[in-house]
Formats: sequence, C-alpha cells, structure tokens
Amino acid sequence: MMITLLNPERVFGTLEQDLTRAFSRRQAYPPVNVYASEEDVTLTSEIPGILPDDLDISIAGDTLTLKAERKPIELEASQTWHRRERGFGSFTRTIKLPYNIESSKVEASFDRGVLRLSLPRAESDKPRKINVRTA
Amino acid sequence: MAQDINTKTQSNASGIERTKDSTTYIPRVDIYEADETLYILADMPGADESSVNITLEKDILTIEAGVDESIYSNLNPVYLEYGTGDYRRQFTLGNEIDRDKIEASIKNGVLKITFPKAEPLKTKKIAIQAG
Repeated sequence: MMITLLNPERVFGTLEQDLTRAFSRRQAYPPVNVYASEEDVTLTSEIPGILPDDLDISIAGDTLTLKAERKPIELEASQTWHRRERGFGSFTRTIKLPYNIESSKVEASFDRGVLRLSLPRAESDKPRKINVRTA
Repeated sequence: MAQDINTKTQSNASGIERTKDSTTYIPRVDIYEADETLYILADMPGADESSVNITLEKDILTIEAGVDESIYSNLNPVYLEYGTGDYRRQFTLGNEIDRDKIEASIKNGVLKITFPKAEPLKTKKIAIQAG
C-alpha cells in the first residue's frame, strides 16, 4: 500500500481521517505515524512482538519500505485456543516521504514494540537560498 | 498483506469515566490453554515492566499499562495512523487457577501472563450428626 503524505500544514485534518478509518474495516498494518520538519522526518510504528532482526527497512530517494513478519503461535495438540485477536503474517508498507533522505544518516531504534526512524533530509535536496546581487 | 492483522481499538464501553483526560485502548489478546496452564498474550506497544499493572480482585483480572509518550513530543505530525494512551482490559478468571502462582513478563510490547491451574478441588463430604 502506498501512502502519499498530506500537506504538512493539515495537522488538524485528522477528524476526517479518523472517520474514514472508523468505517473502513481493515487498516494497513503496521500503523505508522509520520512527523516532519524542514530538516528531517521521524517515522514511528507500533509493531509489538517482533524482534529487531526481523525488520527489513530500506530507503531509496524519498521512498521508504518496511517489511517484517510476525510469526503465528503454533499450539501443541494438547493446547486449545480460547481467543485469537492478535494478528500474524508478513507485511510490507511503502511510504512516500516529503523529500529525499540521506540514507547513510538514518537512525533506527526499536524499543517496547515501537519502531522509531530518524530520517534526515538529503543535503542535495535542501532548499538553497539564492542571493540576488544588485547590478 | 495478512488479513488477520489488526490495529488497536479505543475503549469506550466501560461506562466508567476516567479522571485523566486521555484515550484508553483495549489491547488485543490471544488466550490459549494447555492441560496445566492458561496463557494470555496482550499486545501493548510502548508499555514495559515498570508501566504494567496487573491486579486480581475476587475473580476479576485487570490489566492496565501506561505508555511513555515522550518519543512523540516536540514533533510536528503530518500523517497519523495510530494514537497513544493507556491500555486497560478485564477478564473473569475461573476457580481452577492457582492464584499464588500467576506470573507475567513483557517483551517487545507483548505481555505474557501464565496462569497455572490448581489441583482439582476435592469433594468434601459433610457428615450430618443426629440431633
């Protein structure tokens, strides 16, 4: 699934998103939050129950791909399920970021089931101020 | 994409109002049982051993957890798919659980509670004395 970022100024436009979400039965997994400034993007995602080594994160230009697998619990013959609400399976998400990322400077942490990526804007992509000289 | 994977659900059905102004989420759980043990697994991303509270009062088991939201502070949100807040869920436990031996651990945002079953209760015969 591809997400395109909304206008960064549209922070308060989430009610419409919440309503859309409430009525759409299936939501993309894992859920991601994106925070941005002129200098960098921070992406967080709640992915409980997987190991950091099971996460595969790749960045090409302004596109980030997140892959992982949450393995199902296999019960023995003597065990029985009462409830099974936690999902499992493999997933891939592709997220388009507002600008190109300096992929060598990306920092990732995975703590308490929450992934946090710090994605600095590529130097070549930063806006440059052009001085205008008077003739 | 896997069909069985879901995201967390907001809690609003308890009827009890909270004094703290924040959203509470219902953690998704797996419950399974073996011959001698019952297991509950709960997805609680952001919670750890210091923020989880498990209480057992009579036969009501309550799981609660707070979440460290500091990693989200000082950021400018542009696209949000999940919210953060406390977790809370309650279960009724049967008599067959040995309450002194319940154990819990949390790893990578997943809480696991182990409930060993008690020895089957012996039937006690009460003798009736003649009056």
